[in-house]
Amino acid sequence: MIARNSRTLGLLFLFISAALLLGAASSSPWAKIPAKDHARTNPLASRPDSTSAGALIYKENCEQCHKADAMGDGHKKPSLRTERIKSATDGDLEWFIRQGDLSHGMPSWSRLPEAQRWQLVAYLRSIQ
Amino acid sequence: MVRSSCYSGLNLGRFSSALFLFALITPLPTLHSQEKPYFVTYSHDLEEPGNLEIETKTALGRPAGSTHYGALATEIEYGVTGWWTSELYLDGQATGQESTLFTGSRFENRFRPLMREHWINPVIYVEFENITGADKNMLEVVGHDGQGDLAEPNDDTRQEHEHEAELKLILSSNLKAWNISENFIAEKNLGHEPWEFGYALGAARPLRTLGSGKPCIFCLEKFTAGAEMYGGLGDVSSLTLGDTSHYLAPVVGWQLPRGRLSFSTGFGLNSASLDRVYRIGWASELPQIGTWFRQNGGTR
Repeated sequence: MIARNSRTLGLLFLFISAALLLGAASSSPWAKIPAKDHARTNPLASRPDSTSAGALIYKENCEQCHKADAMGDGHKKPSLRTERIKSATDGDLEWFIRQGDLSHGMPSWSRLPEAQRWQLVAYLRSIQ
Repeated sequence: MVRSSCYSGLNLGRFSSALFLFALITPLPTLHSQEKPYFVTYSHDLEEPGNLEIETKTALGRPAGSTHYGALATEIEYGVTGWWTSELYLDGQATGQESTLFTGSRFENRFRPLMREHWINPVIYVEFENITGADKNMLEVVGHDGQGDLAEPNDDTRQEHEHEAELKLILSSNLKAWNISENFIAEKNLGHEPWEFGYALGAARPLRTLGSGKPCIFCLEKFTAGAEMYGGLGDVSSLTLGDTSHYLAPVVGWQLPRGRLSFSTGFGLNSASLDRVYRIGWASELPQIGTWFRQNGGTR
């Protein structure tokens, strides 16, 4: 009887752990990027002034949280010089900037015109 | 004769001026506000979490057969989370040949129920108003509001204390570089008066969408232009576009290094409306205010 209860509890623990892990994995915004956004390339990547324009947009809008060196504050404001950013496509970055991650404190920057979001992506690429 | 009000001890004008000056000269780093230059319409832009915005909105008008007035709303807005913004308004007005009054306060909260950007983004707005009938800020037009309400003497209207709950459904879209917003307003005076309704619509766009890459003041991307339209829709017993006021107002916003300046001239669209209402706004944002105080106040 005790063994059966222990097995049931063990299975329940495994089930809850798996559910929590799946939930945590699916809560990552990167996992939700639509394929068509993932495949997008930066239409302004070839313009030489995109990086400098993106740097100014970063200074005006992003620096307050992610800091001038884009290393974040080590707590809730994450670094933008990570493997995840480096390996993301241009489309991933533009999508993430546009969507934000409201439940984790990152605002949506859909208020910036799309062209400025792409300039920001060019700047983020340049600092990796 | 100019009479002072029972609220003159608060001296709203001085308080608002002090807030305005604080935003201008504070040693705290300030940013220009990123929100749209609307005066009445809300978009789905919320305050960034941890940022504090101080905004003043001035409305100048003259009801038919009455004197000029100027109304000032001072707004303190804080980004609580990415999906929740909280605001406190302090309202006042000065009417020519009458008096200067503190007309009350409003406490509002805006919530984004959906965590992602969509074609249309809903925001739920909940507000409690504790104002007098002398309030002339016209931050919304509801029910049968008309210029006759604005022409009544301050001595009479200041006796009317209104405790009101206001709900708004804000629908807003950022399409290409345009923002298009629609607000549906329902307001209830908690003193057993019927629900009143109103609307506000807005559209705005930066004059240039590409960043120039230069720290400039007069670049076109620093200017946003658009228009808003707002008015009443009657109340539960008479839903109507008539017997209430409606305005069409071009708006211009100018992002400066330490804040955003906004202008608007509202044109009354019917006889119940003021001929013109001129509005000027200034918004300045103190970024990550809590973090700044923790780091500079030694309470880390």
